[in-house]
Amino acid sequence: MSDTYTLYNNTVMDHFMNPRNMGDIKDADGIGEVGAAACGDIMKISLKIRDGKIEDARFKTFGCGSAIASSSMATELIKGRTVDEALSFSNQEVVDALGGLPPVKIHCSVLAEEALKAALEDYLKKHPELATQACKSEVVAA
Amino acid sequence: MRSVYFDHQSSTPVLPEVFEAMKPYFTEAYGNPSSLHQHGLRVREALKRARQQMAALINGDSEEEIFFTSDGTESANLAIKGVAYANERKGKHLVISATEHPSVMNSVEFLEKQGWTCTRIPVNAEGILQPEEVQKAMTPQTVLVAVHHVNHDIGAIQPVKEIGRLCGEAGVPFYVDCESSAGWLPVDVKQFGAALVSFSPHRFYGPKGVGVLYRNKRARLVSIIHGGVQEGGRRAGTENVPGIVGGGVAAEIALREMASRSEHVTRLQKRLWSGLKSKITFLKLNGPEPGPYRAPQNINISTEFIEGEGQLLSLDLSGIAVASGSSCVSKSLKISHVLAAIGLDHALAQGNIIMTLGKDNTEEDVDYVVEEFARIVARLRAMSPMWDEFERGVIDSVIAPTGRGTSFSEHAAKVSGKPAH
Repeated sequence: MSDTYTLYNNTVMDHFMNPRNMGDIKDADGIGEVGAAACGDIMKISLKIRDGKIEDARFKTFGCGSAIASSSMATELIKGRTVDEALSFSNQEVVDALGGLPPVKIHCSVLAEEALKAALEDYLKKHPELATQACKSEVVAA
Repeated sequence: MRSVYFDHQSSTPVLPEVFEAMKPYFTEAYGNPSSLHQHGLRVREALKRARQQMAALINGDSEEEIFFTSDGTESANLAIKGVAYANERKGKHLVISATEHPSVMNSVEFLEKQGWTCTRIPVNAEGILQPEEVQKAMTPQTVLVAVHHVNHDIGAIQPVKEIGRLCGEAGVPFYVDCESSAGWLPVDVKQFGAALVSFSPHRFYGPKGVGVLYRNKRARLVSIIHGGVQEGGRRAGTENVPGIVGGGVAAEIALREMASRSEHVTRLQKRLWSGLKSKITFLKLNGPEPGPYRAPQNINISTEFIEGEGQLLSLDLSGIAVASGSSCVSKSLKISHVLAAIGLDHALAQGNIIMTLGKDNTEEDVDYVVEEFARIVARLRAMSPMWDEFERGVIDSVIAPTGRGTSFSEHAAKVSGKPAH
């Protein structure tokens, strides 16, 4: 009976217990806060963007272990990416990087994607000149 | 690391005496109680003894009023559906409280799809219903009233004696789910005026896999599991003999030790609640204050600005086992219907933790939990955007409103585009 059993895999537990990039960014360039209507969780992602590149990303989450781990992983993944790249970010990347989530918790990773996209939208609203560019490249990518 | 089990509402360890009593019924006394030879007759006698022990725990008159099922859920299904089907010609109306266990709620929902109707009696903010409301809800078509003794989530004690008296006057059978009280608080089928009572030994140091349904002979009940004529024709299927024998011994010991167990957990409950509220801000006790209206094993709290699953996981990593009624813990993503029924704000329901004490817990366990919990709450609040927004005056506290900012629910609706409920 000395084994430890966990609800989530080791990667998820690690990101829950030792979250990366937890906190806020002073003078953030973009902030996104979204809530999940289904369960009531709330996630906030702040971004520092320079020369079209995400320099820093931070999160705060009101939610379960997998929501905290998803936001931690999402901020890890998008640091260093360009705004264009980040706009095509998908929750599946979070799920894969975490080594999988229980089916009922997949929506946590969707919330992380939505928080990131909301932060990017906030940034693009403040920089309309980049918005068109970003949208164009998104169309091209599609 | 210290290991603290604070989830006795979910299950309890089997007592060594109980386990010893069960053993021969796996290997030596393996007969089927329906068989007519020595092997069968021997275990039939053992079942009779267990029925007497179960009847004694709830002040029943005879072992013939005790039926064995597989667990509390099956007992509830049998009580609700068995009485409803038996009285189909008399009427098809049921009365239950809004905070019954899912096994009762969902049995009733099943019947509603088949033409029965049901009145759900609301509870007050502490989770207690008014007996007069039950009286008002009864009609000539009412065939059953079901109200639990102690609430499985918040430990609220219902006025079952008064409800039982009103049901008696109206001639309507009264079913009392005693799953959360039997073995801890006195259960008396006569005082309760109960026609049916269910309880499970695994809640008081007996084994899982056996449930008990007491039925007064005057109440009509038909079987919902069809097969042989075991359990007086009310529950087909070979009895779980070792489980029943162990359950009987657990019931006998629970009756003998009830006063001391109850006194012990009452003391720990007070220490736990006063410790928690002195160490943690923005904390709410759900259900009545510790005292005559609350079961002594139960503490149900909401920690504002953080979610319950994260608290539960963190406590588990500190060796502390608890439960939660948060939507993140449930497989349905819905908050506990009990917390909804007491009108608890969704934000607080999300931060729900349930701690249930047992006879082997100590004051050191309680102090350790208080300390660890305070540390965990601080860690999770530092991660929560809600805590930060509260501190900045963007949202307000539900527990101790400051008059600054919008409510959590308004805020959640804004950021999610839909209300959280």
